[in-house]
Amino acid sequence: MKSQTLPFTGTPEQAAELQKVIAELKDQPGALMPIMQKAQGIYGYLPIEVQKMIADGTGIPIEKIYGVSTFYAQFNLQPKGKYRISVCLGTACYVKGGDKIWDALRKKLGIGEGECTSDRKFSLDSCRCIGACGMAPVMMINDDVYGRLTVDQLDGILAKYN
Amino acid sequence: MDMVNLKVNGISVSVPKGTKIVAAAHEAGVKVPTLCYLKGVNEIASCRICMVEVVGPRGNSLVPACAQPVKEGMEVLTNTPRVLDARRRTLQLILSDHNKKCLSCVRNGKCELQELCHEMNMDDEDHFKGAQHLPPVDDSAVHMDRDNSKCILCRRCVSMCTNIQQIGVIGANNRGFNTQIGCAFERGLGETSCVSCGQCIAVCPTGALYEKSYIDEVLAAIADPKKHVVVQTAPSVRVGLGEEFGYPIGTDVEGKMAAALRRIGFDKVFDTDFGADLTIMEEANEFVERVKTGGVLPMITSCSPGWVKYCEHYYPDQLAHLSTCKSPQQMQGAVTKTYYAKKAGIDPKDIVSVSVMPCTAKKFEIGRDGQEAAGVKDVDYVLTTRELARMIKRVGLDFRSLPDETFDDPIGESTGAAVIFGATGGVMEAALRTAVETLTGETLARPEFHEVRGQEGIKEATYNVAGMEVKVAVASSTGNARKIMDQIRAGTAPWHFVEIMCCPGGCVNGGGQPQVPASIRNFVNVPKLRADALYRNNEAKTIRKSHENPSIKKIYADFLGKPGSETAHHVLHTHYVPREVC
Repeated sequence: MKSQTLPFTGTPEQAAELQKVIAELKDQPGALMPIMQKAQGIYGYLPIEVQKMIADGTGIPIEKIYGVSTFYAQFNLQPKGKYRISVCLGTACYVKGGDKIWDALRKKLGIGEGECTSDRKFSLDSCRCIGACGMAPVMMINDDVYGRLTVDQLDGILAKYN
Repeated sequence: MDMVNLKVNGISVSVPKGTKIVAAAHEAGVKVPTLCYLKGVNEIASCRICMVEVVGPRGNSLVPACAQPVKEGMEVLTNTPRVLDARRRTLQLILSDHNKKCLSCVRNGKCELQELCHEMNMDDEDHFKGAQHLPPVDDSAVHMDRDNSKCILCRRCVSMCTNIQQIGVIGANNRGFNTQIGCAFERGLGETSCVSCGQCIAVCPTGALYEKSYIDEVLAAIADPKKHVVVQTAPSVRVGLGEEFGYPIGTDVEGKMAAALRRIGFDKVFDTDFGADLTIMEEANEFVERVKTGGVLPMITSCSPGWVKYCEHYYPDQLAHLSTCKSPQQMQGAVTKTYYAKKAGIDPKDIVSVSVMPCTAKKFEIGRDGQEAAGVKDVDYVLTTRELARMIKRVGLDFRSLPDETFDDPIGESTGAAVIFGATGGVMEAALRTAVETLTGETLARPEFHEVRGQEGIKEATYNVAGMEVKVAVASSTGNARKIMDQIRAGTAPWHFVEIMCCPGGCVNGGGQPQVPASIRNFVNVPKLRADALYRNNEAKTIRKSHENPSIKKIYADFLGKPGSETAHHVLHTHYVPREVC
């Protein structure tokens, strides 16, 4: 079960942009997915406030929107941090200790899969292979790749991001 | 019509083109078991229980009988070892994540999954070891609970809520093994704009969905010597209850029901039909007043609490169209604690007012504002038809051998106009019988309005009444209500008077009525059979117009004055509140 933990900070400008998207797309067949994708482009994620706006604007029940948002991995219900951490738990990384990196980061940041720290600095996701198996275990922070990781390197790496 | 010839288990059968194998097999006298399939509601072929073999040139193929249309020359085999094995495997998978506490399950003995397991001779072994869901019960709604540990993800409830009722507050959340039926953002059903119709319960094949039950509370009140416990029964209950005791669908058990209630220990056995006659007096008067004084038209009936709640959530800008009349249940409750209490010399606080309803939204309605004519709740407990059946069984009554008894005075006498309230179009017809005679001052030769009868979702008719053209519309299901309301909102509605019922087919098909398994429901028009029984009851009545009911005349003479009087408004009318869509 996914729950919302951080308050919504959407602006009137973002809302206006979303309304424009809805007005453009809502009468097309199969409009829901593109509207949701564009909404996520505007807000970075799809909290209840955003899904409610889509529901009100399209007449689609909010449960249907929520159902779609929890079915496809591409939709986030939690905001992403300034720095997006992505830990590889693919086969190669996993056997080389990716799970220990994953556990240590969860403990250090105090958040779980898909969640964001309350200062919105870091968000944490797992992924399956980023094509750097030779450097396993690996993680990415935004576009930076870190390989041959050990748990004791993590504090030093996190400290680089402010 | 193009006919297609095929063989089912070697039996030749000819069916219209486009027929699904499951229906063709039925035609051949062969039952194909189903779980997710519910004709006209849910036809998504997701559960794979109905797999059958179709003979082909390159070997036989397994196909879902609920979704596969017939073809000319098709040979279908429904009970080969391969078919039975596939079905058993599917059942094993369903059972591997099913809470098998059947003994304490509300559907024990009436569960479609249990019945199927029995037919397939399933064993108790865990064939697929692994994770099991044990999600908490969602008890946030006032009228029902959801226990997803009993859910088989058939989506009948979702289809009913989304496609038929067009409300869509429930749906499938998450994905794969984590899929659960629930509400947006995992909120409880009680936090959404659910209208409490209970149609999800009516179509659930298992015990995942059930009404909040008050049998224990009612039995405790009956056992309390300080309480005067009275009961009222809605029109539709008498044509549904018998199904729980082995009677054919569409059997009227009014007399035995009254006898059963008396033997359960209710101090007085009243009839909501009296309340329905009262509703007609007030509603017909309100309609005539609106026509005469240029009030808001069309006027829309307010008997169905699911419909009223739907209007409040989805058309809050159109509430002025709703009749201010309380529903028959609430009118009956209100006169129980005012008129009857005074006549019987009982303090309304000592009266426990119980209703038996074909409806789950009635459980919501009793807690609404403006439903306390005597300063206490008009109705204290609502039991569904199903709960009454359970209660009758619990107290050990042999229902079928009970004598036929009648309802108690002074608020038990009713007319044919009242009993047809349970069928879609019934309230309209009953109201027309009284309104037309009021407007013309003449007696109707035949008090029948056939144009508003029948199972169509929307019916329209025009009547010439005292030189005025009266246009009426009748809709059942909130999906059809939406079509009516969109026209009213757009200002294009031609009608003067509209009846809307929340459930498809009206109250006879309410969310509190006995559940009819898909194996029957797929081939029988259940609401029609029950409605036919109501119209037969009407035919048998000597008095068929509400304003001719002697007990109604008496309550106006002794207590209410005339329809629409100040007392009538205080006791019998209510107000509505705008609500949000959520």
